[in-house]
Amino acid sequence: MSDFLFYAFTALTAGGALGVVLNRNSVHAAFCLLISLLGTAGLFVLLNAYLLAALLILVYAGAVVALFVFIVMLIGMQGGSGKSTGKLATAGSFLAFIALLVGAFVTLNREPLPAPALANMPPIGAELKLYAYQLFTTYLLPVEVAGFLLLVAMIGVIVLAKKDKPEAKA
Amino acid sequence: MTIGLHQYLILSCLLFAIGFFGVLLRKNTLVVFMCLELMLVASTIGFVAFSRYNAAMDGNVFVFFILTVAAAEVAVGLAIIVALFRKRQTLMLDELDELKH
Repeated sequence: MSDFLFYAFTALTAGGALGVVLNRNSVHAAFCLLISLLGTAGLFVLLNAYLLAALLILVYAGAVVALFVFIVMLIGMQGGSGKSTGKLATAGSFLAFIALLVGAFVTLNREPLPAPALANMPPIGAELKLYAYQLFTTYLLPVEVAGFLLLVAMIGVIVLAKKDKPEAKA
Repeated sequence: MTIGLHQYLILSCLLFAIGFFGVLLRKNTLVVFMCLELMLVASTIGFVAFSRYNAAMDGNVFVFFILTVAAAEVAVGLAIIVALFRKRQTLMLDELDELKH
């Protein structure tokens, strides 16, 4: 059963990703990204990381994709209607894609990773208490830095999105 | 074939490669940005899988931070794209070639 779910979520994830890459329409690409993220959240559930699955849906599927769709609606339609990519560029990208895949698979298969049996691994990713404990002890400084990063990002976005003042244009 | 760490890592690599393909192939800045997000998500699958199969918490916590940084990155990136569009009235990468001349 869990094997079947893995394949189903894999198909969802990879298919959605291919949809993002190959779709001509930016809105469709954004929705394919959403499908891909839902598949990824399913994989996280299979890996017993329930909190991360919920966060992925909330942050990515909720906020990020919504933001993408909003921006696409705002400007994407008038941003030039996709002149198709040149033959050479397409072939080059595909070649790079294949090269990256082959390199990754060769590296993965060169030396089989020790495959631990899941049965004797407690699913610690499922326990909320452990996240809280880690975030407030070992990773306390990164949490502070991440909070500061969010503040900086917020201020930066406000500054960037502000319209230029007429006298500043000169 | 039983599902193990190996299968998750293969999926992670595949997703990363697809995102990379999109970054190279597409001309629309917004879609390129979406493909960058795909590459980030691909790395998180690897982190969570390693974390699960080693009964360690660190990978999961790291994904937590990746999600935070990705949210900030998307906000800033989209603001930059909007600002760029206001100045140049285009989103196509082959028309944004100021640095080439």
